[in-house]
Amino acid sequence: MAAHLKKRVYEEFTKVVQQQQEEIATKKLRLTKPSKSAALHIDLCKATSPADALQYLLQFARKPVEAESVEGVVRILLEHYYKENDPSVRLKIASLLGLLSKTAGFSPDCIMDDAINILQNEKSHQVLAQLLDTLLAIGTKLPENQAIQMRLVDVACKHLSDTSHGVRNKCLQLLGNLGSLEKSVTKDGEGLAVRDVQKIIGDYFSDQDPRVRTAAIKAMLQLHERGLKLHQTIYNQACKLLSDDYEQVRSAAVQLIWVVSQLYPESIVPIPSSNEEIRLVDDAFGKICHMVSDGSWVVRVQAAKLLGSMEQVSSHFLEQTLDKKLMSDLRRKRTAHERAKELYSSGEFSSGRKWGDDAPKEEIDTGAVNLIESGACGAFVHGLEDEMYEVRIAAVEALCMLAQSSPSFAEKCLDFLVDMFNDEIEEVRLQSIHTMRKISNNITLREDQLDTVLAVLEDSSRDIREALHELLCCTNVSTKEGIHLALVELLKNLTKYPTDRDSIWKCLKFLGSRHPTLVLPLVPELLSTHPFFDTAEPDMDDPAYIAVLVLIFNAAKTCPTMPALFSDHTFRHYAYLRDSLSHLVPALRLPGRKLVSSAVSPSITPHEDPSHQFLQQSLERVYSLQHLDPQGTQELLELTIRDLQRLGELQSELAGVADFSATYLRCQLLLIKALQEKLWNVAAPLYLKQSDLASAAAKQIMEETYKMEFMYSGVENKQVVIIHHMRLQAKALQLIVTARTTRGVDPLFGMCEKFLQEVDFFQRCFIADLPHLQDSFVDKLLDLMPRLMTSKPVEVVKILQTMLRQSTFLHLPLPEQIHKASATIIEPAGESDNPLRFTSGLVVALDVDATLEHVQDPQNTVKVQVLYPDGQAQMIHPKPADFRNPGPGRHRLITQVYLSHTAWTEPCQVEVRLLLAYNSNSRIPKSPWIEGGEVSPQVETSIEGTIPFSKSVKVYIMPKPARR
Amino acid sequence: MPEIRVTPLGAGQDVGRSCILVSIAGKNVMLDCGMHMGFNDDRRFPDFSYITRNGRLTDFLDCVIISHFHLDHCGALPYFSEMVGYDGPIYMTHPTQAICPILLEDYRKIAVDKKGEANFFTSQMIKDCMKKVVAVHLHQTVQVDDELEIKAYYAGHVLGAAMFQIKVGSESVVYTGDYNMTPDRHLGAAWIDKCRPNLLITESTYATTIRDSKRCRERDFLKKVHEAVERGGKVLIPVFALGRAQELCILLETFWERMNLKAPIYFSTGLTEKANHYYKLFITWTNQKIRKTFVQRNMFEFKHIKAFDRAFADNPGPMVVFATPGMLHAGQSLQIFRKWAGNEKNMVIMPGYCVQGTVGHKILSGQRKLEMEGRQVLEVKMQVEYMSFSAHADAKGIMQLVGQAEPESVLLVHGEAKKMEFLKQKIEQEFRVNCYMPANGETVTLPTSPSIPVGISLGLLKREMAQGLLPDAKKPRLLHGTLIMKDSALKELGLVEHQLRFTCRVHLHDPRKEQETAMRVYSHLKSMLKDHCVQHLPDGSVTVESILIQAAAHSEDPGTKVLLVSWTYQDEELGSYLTSLLKKGLPQAPS
Repeated sequence: MAAHLKKRVYEEFTKVVQQQQEEIATKKLRLTKPSKSAALHIDLCKATSPADALQYLLQFARKPVEAESVEGVVRILLEHYYKENDPSVRLKIASLLGLLSKTAGFSPDCIMDDAINILQNEKSHQVLAQLLDTLLAIGTKLPENQAIQMRLVDVACKHLSDTSHGVRNKCLQLLGNLGSLEKSVTKDGEGLAVRDVQKIIGDYFSDQDPRVRTAAIKAMLQLHERGLKLHQTIYNQACKLLSDDYEQVRSAAVQLIWVVSQLYPESIVPIPSSNEEIRLVDDAFGKICHMVSDGSWVVRVQAAKLLGSMEQVSSHFLEQTLDKKLMSDLRRKRTAHERAKELYSSGEFSSGRKWGDDAPKEEIDTGAVNLIESGACGAFVHGLEDEMYEVRIAAVEALCMLAQSSPSFAEKCLDFLVDMFNDEIEEVRLQSIHTMRKISNNITLREDQLDTVLAVLEDSSRDIREALHELLCCTNVSTKEGIHLALVELLKNLTKYPTDRDSIWKCLKFLGSRHPTLVLPLVPELLSTHPFFDTAEPDMDDPAYIAVLVLIFNAAKTCPTMPALFSDHTFRHYAYLRDSLSHLVPALRLPGRKLVSSAVSPSITPHEDPSHQFLQQSLERVYSLQHLDPQGTQELLELTIRDLQRLGELQSELAGVADFSATYLRCQLLLIKALQEKLWNVAAPLYLKQSDLASAAAKQIMEETYKMEFMYSGVENKQVVIIHHMRLQAKALQLIVTARTTRGVDPLFGMCEKFLQEVDFFQRCFIADLPHLQDSFVDKLLDLMPRLMTSKPVEVVKILQTMLRQSTFLHLPLPEQIHKASATIIEPAGESDNPLRFTSGLVVALDVDATLEHVQDPQNTVKVQVLYPDGQAQMIHPKPADFRNPGPGRHRLITQVYLSHTAWTEPCQVEVRLLLAYNSNSRIPKSPWIEGGEVSPQVETSIEGTIPFSKSVKVYIMPKPARR
Repeated sequence: MPEIRVTPLGAGQDVGRSCILVSIAGKNVMLDCGMHMGFNDDRRFPDFSYITRNGRLTDFLDCVIISHFHLDHCGALPYFSEMVGYDGPIYMTHPTQAICPILLEDYRKIAVDKKGEANFFTSQMIKDCMKKVVAVHLHQTVQVDDELEIKAYYAGHVLGAAMFQIKVGSESVVYTGDYNMTPDRHLGAAWIDKCRPNLLITESTYATTIRDSKRCRERDFLKKVHEAVERGGKVLIPVFALGRAQELCILLETFWERMNLKAPIYFSTGLTEKANHYYKLFITWTNQKIRKTFVQRNMFEFKHIKAFDRAFADNPGPMVVFATPGMLHAGQSLQIFRKWAGNEKNMVIMPGYCVQGTVGHKILSGQRKLEMEGRQVLEVKMQVEYMSFSAHADAKGIMQLVGQAEPESVLLVHGEAKKMEFLKQKIEQEFRVNCYMPANGETVTLPTSPSIPVGISLGLLKREMAQGLLPDAKKPRLLHGTLIMKDSALKELGLVEHQLRFTCRVHLHDPRKEQETAMRVYSHLKSMLKDHCVQHLPDGSVTVESILIQAAAHSEDPGTKVLLVSWTYQDEELGSYLTSLLKKGLPQAPS
C-alpha cells in the first residue's frame, strides 16, 4: 500500500516537471504551480520534530488545494498519521482531512474507510473529537448515501460512552446531522441494528456535563431542522432541563420546548399536582414566559424572542402576560393603566392629584394568590422592565408579532408599548414606535394614550420624531379632541424643530385623509373663521398655516361638505398649494371651480389600465417593425421614446417601466443611427474626424446599458441578458470604429482578442438564455465563432460589421415590478446666499440629508460626490449607520460631508450630488471555473463605475486664508 | 448534628435596626449593625450585651458584614466597634465604605449638635471604626479565616448594596440586606447564582405587595414636572440626600436632554455633592445604560442640574429644585416650601413615605392650612403630588430571588410580622422549603446535614463505568468499589473514631513474678527490635510503638504467665511479628 502511494506521489511530481518542460517548448505563457501533494510529502519527510511537522502542516493549510490533487494529499496525510506519535500533529492532520473533504468537486467517500479505521485505534480524546468532526464533514458532503450515513451513525453511537465531553459532543453533533430521518428503512443494512436516534440523543439530556447536555439538545434541534418529526415525549424531558444550572442548557431547552410546542400545539398535557389538563402550546407558553425572569439574560432574550412566534396560544393565556395581578397589603390594586382607562371612561381627566387615589380596594383571599407559578402572568411586564436592553427589545418585538395576529391582544398591549416610548435607550424607544406602527391597523388610540404618544414629539432625536410622524400617519384617533391635540403638538414640534417641516406636512396629510369626519367640526376653529366678521388673511408662507391647510384639504377630499366652510382666501390658498405642493394637497371638487377639478380628474379615474395598454401597444408596435426602411424606424423610435417619457411623467406607477423601455429604445436608436453613418461606405482613412459620432454613440450605449442594469430595481435575468447583448453590440461597434480610424494592425490584435473573450464570457454566463436570442447578433456571432478565432483582425472587423447590420432588434420583455432608483437631496437646499466660511486647510462639516427611492443595498452603493470649482472631485463613502430605512423601498441618508480646500479669494459654489456605484461583477452568477485557479483576464467582469442619480445641489463655500 | 443558629437582634419582624447574629459551623458572624429611626433612647441600637455579657466581642465574633450604607443597616457601627469594643474585621463593599462615613457623620451632627445628645460617638470614633473595614469586590471570595469565606453579590437598592454569601465548609447562608429585583434608571437588578445555600435570610419589606410597572410611575412623574414647568411654575422635590435622589436626578436629567428643555434644575448642596462624587466614581455598580455610555459621558456629570443657592428661590420663571430633607420637617426643603406654597402654579412632589407629624405628612393627607411656628398660618395653594419610588423587591421579586438561589430554607427579616406571615405561607407552599420569621432575640436553630466527601479510586471507577453501556437516568446501576472517607468527616458528623484492636494471648512458661516477666520481655524485645521504640511503663506493661503487652499470672497454673498482646489494626504487621516472636519464647535468662 505504502509503496503504491509513494509511486503515485512521484508520478505526480514527475508529471509536473514534464509539463514545465513542455511549456518552455511551446513558449506559451501560463502559470502553473508544482503539485502540492508532492511538496507536502517532501516537507513532512524532512520534518524532524513534531513542532516542525506542525509548522509544515500549518503552512500547507494556508493555500487551497485543487480538486484533482485532493486524494493524493489525503493519502499522504493518512500515511503520516499512522506514523505520527505526537497527538497535536495528528490533531492537525485530522482537521486537515476534514477541510480537504470539503473541497468542491471532490468526493470524500474514498477516505471514509480510512478515517473510521484510524478512529478505532485513536487514544487521544482531542484527536478523537477532531476525527469525528472530519467524519461529520464527510457525512454532510454525501447526503444521499444512506449506507455511509448509517455507518457513521454507528460509529458515533459507539463513541458516545467516551469519558471526554468533547468526544461525546461531537458524537451528538454527528447524530444530529446525519441520524437517519426514517428509521427502519433498512433494506440492505440488516447487519446494522436499527437505531432510534431520538432515543439515543434523548438519553444524553441527563448527561453529567452541561456541554454535552447542550450538545444533545442542539442535536435534537438539528434533527428537527432536517425534517424529522420529534416525539412528544421529549417535551417532558426538555421541561426538566429548564431548571438546569447552566445557562446554555436552559437557553437550548427553551428552543426545544418551542419547537415541540409548534409540532404538537393541540395535544393535551396534565398540569402537575392537579387533575386539570391544558393544551401543550399553552403549557409551553407558560413555561417560556417563566423563563423571561430567568437569572441569565441570554436565556431571557431567547425566551422573549420565542414568545413572539407562539401564535396558537389561547388568548386567555396571552392576555395574562400583561397582567401582573397587583396587590398592596394583600388587597387587590388596579394598575395605573386600568385607572387611566377608568378615569377616561368616566369622563374625568386624569387628576392624579389626590393623595391615595391609588389606594387598594378589595381584599384578596390569601390562598388564591399565586406568587411564582402563575405561568404566563406578567411575563411581558417583566420583560419590558428588564435591565438589559437586549431583553427589552426582544420583548417589544415579541409583543409586536403577537399583537399582529391578535387584535384583542393588540388593544391590551397598547398601554405597555406607549410606556416604552419613555425608555432610556433610544433604540428601544425607536423599536417600540415602529412596533406600534406595524400594529396600528388593529388599534385605536385613546386620548390619554395619544397624549403620551404626542409627548414624545419633543424628543431631540430626529429619528424618534420621524418614526413618530410615520406612526401618526397610520393611527386611528377616536375623537376630534384627539385630532386637535395631535395638530397642536405637531405644530409645537414644528416651531421647535423647523427642519421637520416636510415630515410633519406628510403626517398631517394622512391624518386628515383618515379622519375627515373628525376634522370637519374643527375647521372653523382651525381656519379661525368667524360667522359674521372677516378675519385677517393668514400668511401664506407660514409653515404652520400650510400644515393646517394640508390637514383640512386632505380631509375635505372625502368630505364634500367641508369646502362650504372655507373663506375666500382659503380657496386662493388652495389653488396655490395645489400647484406648489401637489404631492401633499389632493384635487378637490370645489363648487364653481369645475375646470380645475375636471382637469385633474383623470388622475383619479379608477384604473390605470388604458395607460398601461398604451405602453404595451406602443412597445409592441416598435418590436413588430423588423424590416422597415431605416428612416421610418428611426422616426418611430423617436416618437415612441417621446411618448414613453411623457407617460412616465404622467403616471408615476409606470415611470419605472416607461423609463426602462425608453432607455432601451434609445440605445437601439443610437445603434441604428451610428450604422446609418456614411463613413462606412467610404474608404477608411478619409473619415477620421467624422467617426466621432459613431464612437460617441458606442460610448453612450455603454453608459445607458450600465444604467439599465444597475439603476433599476426588479431587473430579472432575462432583462440582464438583453442588456448585456446590447452592450456587446456597442463594443462591436466600438471595435469597428477603431478599426476604421486607426492605422496599422497591431493594436487591433489586442482589441479583437479582448472582444472575442467577452463573447466567450457572454456565452458562458448566459448559456441558459441563448435559445431566446434566436437570430440575434450574438446568435450569429457564436455560429461564426470558430471562423473568427482563426481569422485576422481585419476580417473579424468585416464580419462584425455585416452582422451588426443584419442583426435584428431584440424584444425586451418587461419585468413585473421595476423601479428606477432616484434620490433627492433635501439638505443642503442650495438656496442660501451666505457662504459657508471656514479656514482653509481645516474642514467644514456639511449636513447632507437625502431620500433614496428603490435603491438596493444603499450602504454599499450610494456615494456622495463633491465637485469643486477647480474640477477637483471628491467621493465620500457614507457610514452604514447613516442610512435609515423608513419604509419598504425607501431609504434615508443623513450624513455629514467634510469639505476642505485651499484659500479662495471669493466665495464659490461646490456641487454635491449622489452617485450610485456599481460593480459589474455582482450581477453575474459565479461559475465554478472562476474559482478553479486559472486566472483569466476578464476585463468585463471587473468594471466598476458610478452613475449619478440625483440632481446636484450647489453649496456656497468660502475657505478663508488662515490668520497668523 | 451540626446546626446553623440565627438570632436577630434587630429587624426581626420589624423594619429598622437590622442586626442579625448567625452561628454557622462554629463561626459567629454579625450581619449588619443598624440603628432604629423611630427611637431616641437605648432602643435605637441593638442590644449587644446579648452576644456576650462579660468578655470581649472580638473573641466571640469572627466578622461583621455590612450590606449597604443606609443608617438602619450601618448606623450603630461606630457605637458597636468603638464604644462597646470590637476589633475584628468589618466587611463591606467599596462604595459602602466610601459613603458610609459621610452618612454617619451627618447622623452624628444631627444627634449631637442639633439635639444636643451626650454620650454619643464622636467623629474620631467614626474614623477609627472605618479603619477596621475591609472592602470587598463583587463576586470576590474573601477568606475571613481558614474556614470562613464570604462573597458579595449585586443587590440593586442603592449604590454599593450587596448580598452576602457566608460559607463554612459545605454549609452556607445568604443574607440579602435590602435588594431590588427590578432595575431602575441608575441601578441594575439584584442577581444571585444558583448557590443553593442552607439558609437564605431575606428582607421582606413588601411581602404583601406586587407593584405596578415602574414605567407608569416614571411617566407620571415626568409628565407632572413637565406640565408644571411649561406652565411657568416652580417644582419642589424634597428628597433625602442619597439613593432615590440620584435616581430622580438621572430621570429628570435624561428627560431634559431628550426633550430639549431649558428650565434650570437645582440640587441643594452639601452632603449631596460629596455623594454625587462617589456616584461618578463607582460606575461599575450602576446599570447597563450608564455603564455603557459613561465613555462618552458620565451620566452623573449632570448638564442641566446645578448647585442650588438660597437666593435662587426668589428667581422668576420655572425651575425644579431638589432639596433635603425628604419629609419637609426642617431645613432647606421647608424654607423653600414656605416661599412657594402660596402660588397655585407651583408644585411639590413627595417622592417617598412621610412620618406622621411632619409637614410632608400633613400636606399629603390634604391639609391646606398649616400652622407654623410663631402662630403663623401658611395657606398651601401649590399642587401636592405623591410619587412612590421605592427600591425594595416586591413579593414577586422576593419569590424570584428564592427561586434563583434555591435555598434549603428561608428566614424572613426586615418586615412587619403580619405581612411576613403571608409570604412565609407562600414560600412554604410554592417551594416546599421551611420558612422562619423569628422576632428580635428569638433564636432559630436549623439542623444541617453536612455533606461528606467520599473518595473512590479513579481507575476503579473508570473500569466500572466502562463496563456499563449508556447512562440511563431511570435505571440505577450497580458499581463495585470501595469508598474512602477522610478523618474530617468524623468531626463533621460528630462521631468518634471506631478503634479496631487485635489481642492475643501468649502463654509463657515462667515461674517468676509478673513484673519480672515483663522486665524480661522488655529486655528481650529491646534487644530484638533495635529500631523501634520499646518502653517499660510504670504500671508494669511494655509498649512497642502502640502495641501493648501486659503480663499476668495464669489463674490455674502459677508457673505459666499469660502475655496479653494488643495492637491496633494499623499496626497489624508489627503486632503479628511480635506475637510470633513471643510465641517462640523468651531466651533463657543469662543467670
